[in-house]
Amino acid sequence: MRTKVYIGGSIVAIFIIAGALGPLVAPYDPNHQSLETMLQGPQWFWGPHFLGTDNLGRDILSRIIFGARVSLLIAFAVVFISGFVGVILGATSGYFGGNIDFTIQKFVEVVWAFPPLLLALSIMAFLGQGLFNLILALVAQRWIQYCRVTRGQSLSLKAREFVISAKSLGASDAQIIARHIIPNLIQVSLVIGTFAMASSIISEASLSFLGLGVPPEIPTWGTMLADGRIYISTAWWLALFPGLSIFVTVLGINLLGDALRDVLDPRLKRAGTGI
Amino acid sequence: MGTYLLRRLVGTIPVMILISLLVFLLIQAAPGDPTLMLLGEDSTQEDIDQATKRWGLDQPIYIQYVKFFMSAAQGDFGRSFKYDEPVLDVIVNRIPATLELAGASVVIALIFAIPLGVWAAAKPNSWVDNTGTTFGLFGISMPSFWFGIMLILLFAGILNILPSAGRDTYGISGEPITGFYILDSALQGNWAGVRDGAEHVFLPALALGSNMLGILMRVTRSSVLEVMNEEYVTTARAKGLVERKVLWRHVFSNALIPVITVVGLELGTLLSGSIIVETVFSWPGSGSLLVTALNARDHPLVTGLVLVYTAAFVAINFLIDVLYAIIDPRIRY
Repeated sequence: MRTKVYIGGSIVAIFIIAGALGPLVAPYDPNHQSLETMLQGPQWFWGPHFLGTDNLGRDILSRIIFGARVSLLIAFAVVFISGFVGVILGATSGYFGGNIDFTIQKFVEVVWAFPPLLLALSIMAFLGQGLFNLILALVAQRWIQYCRVTRGQSLSLKAREFVISAKSLGASDAQIIARHIIPNLIQVSLVIGTFAMASSIISEASLSFLGLGVPPEIPTWGTMLADGRIYISTAWWLALFPGLSIFVTVLGINLLGDALRDVLDPRLKRAGTGI
Repeated sequence: MGTYLLRRLVGTIPVMILISLLVFLLIQAAPGDPTLMLLGEDSTQEDIDQATKRWGLDQPIYIQYVKFFMSAAQGDFGRSFKYDEPVLDVIVNRIPATLELAGASVVIALIFAIPLGVWAAAKPNSWVDNTGTTFGLFGISMPSFWFGIMLILLFAGILNILPSAGRDTYGISGEPITGFYILDSALQGNWAGVRDGAEHVFLPALALGSNMLGILMRVTRSSVLEVMNEEYVTTARAKGLVERKVLWRHVFSNALIPVITVVGLELGTLLSGSIIVETVFSWPGSGSLLVTALNARDHPLVTGLVLVYTAAFVAINFLIDVLYAIIDPRIRY
């Protein structure tokens, strides 16, 4: 348990710090091309390019650092927006019940009926590439887990004494939801959010890998992998390092999520990691 | 039970209608004029007007939707731009490959996950448990497409013992009967073909199944651990049964229900995972077809595939519910 927190925490911290500092720690401009340094293998400490260079002579370490920045920022945005939408809809659905609940739950059922990733793929395919569409595509199904869990919780919360007493004191529905229901949904949302973060990183990488993510001039781990795949037989380092970054980051987040769930909400144990 | 299943089946109809509406709205929201896209940039205004009329694009949007829905419900998604064939035919040709891959992934996931999970749970917190759990977490955290690329690098590139792309070596498999190459070869007694098919499917199936493997291993472990505390297990032990028999006969058979549930739930993830894994391994299934269609901007084919995938997903969820109702007679909604 404690090891999980230490390992997961340090992995995530390293990538967040690297991503945040970006230009300060990256040895080169991630988009600087050079024909002279094309496809050089990893040189570790014995050369200028620690993890080697890609097919356009760009420094892989620098691209991974900038990729961390893009991937983590997108994932944070996605998790935050999904949580916001999901918790508000879930709390409203559970608190009011009746027709409002029915409508929201029907909507949940329809969106949830798409296989994971497919809705995101369709959104990107029809609406086109771009940061806004990408975030929209990743949020499209990710708010549902928050909505489902928080709906159940607010169903039981609304029967609790503190809600009834607030009501008898004349608090409006909006006040009750904002002050008494939602604060009690934060813990469980944190746990869902951690796993949603992990799944967003993988989904974003998948979309970018298929060429449907961010525009190609922005370095992300997914686009680096897509480029690297072509050179797999001659230059293994092109595909190894970006993929390893995704894997290690997601592993770190999952470790943290596991630990957080054990502490905050053991009942969620079976919830899995989602999309 | 009959009425429950009937109600559940009827319940999927509005969901499918709303899904088709959502897909239709997405197509409508796509930037660019569809007539211009089909006719080309140098078409005259007269051509455009004529085409708009012919395709019914001048009619109100709800009539367009009703038309779209009626033809989609009959399996008519139009003609593919790229293949110049009816969309449904193109898709149906590719489905066996995807099913073969998905089936192989489930088999691989189950073969590794169940023994590992039971073993880990039998000795909680031992090195076996820790190693197993760590591997489970690896499986969950691994992006399947990257794992696939690494498998190609290792088994096809460095060791050179397994093929890295496609479904068969040219000329080895016989005449297709069902479209499932391994099954077809087995039916014809073509054992070289069976071997060839299995060699081709192994790496993509392992890549696609790694995620499910990790999840199943964890679920098996926690489910077995839970059942271990039941009174009937204590009874079985008290009557002097060997631990191995307690574990497999009493614990495992009862721990299986959550495992089956998760297999069902993960089938959807497997479907979407196949889109990307098929691309990595050039596997000629419906997943790589979707990517091809996306890159070719073949909108009818994309729409058809999205609807077929979603219908399959809805059908899988329905079948899981049927399975539940059979396994656990208490379940009634």
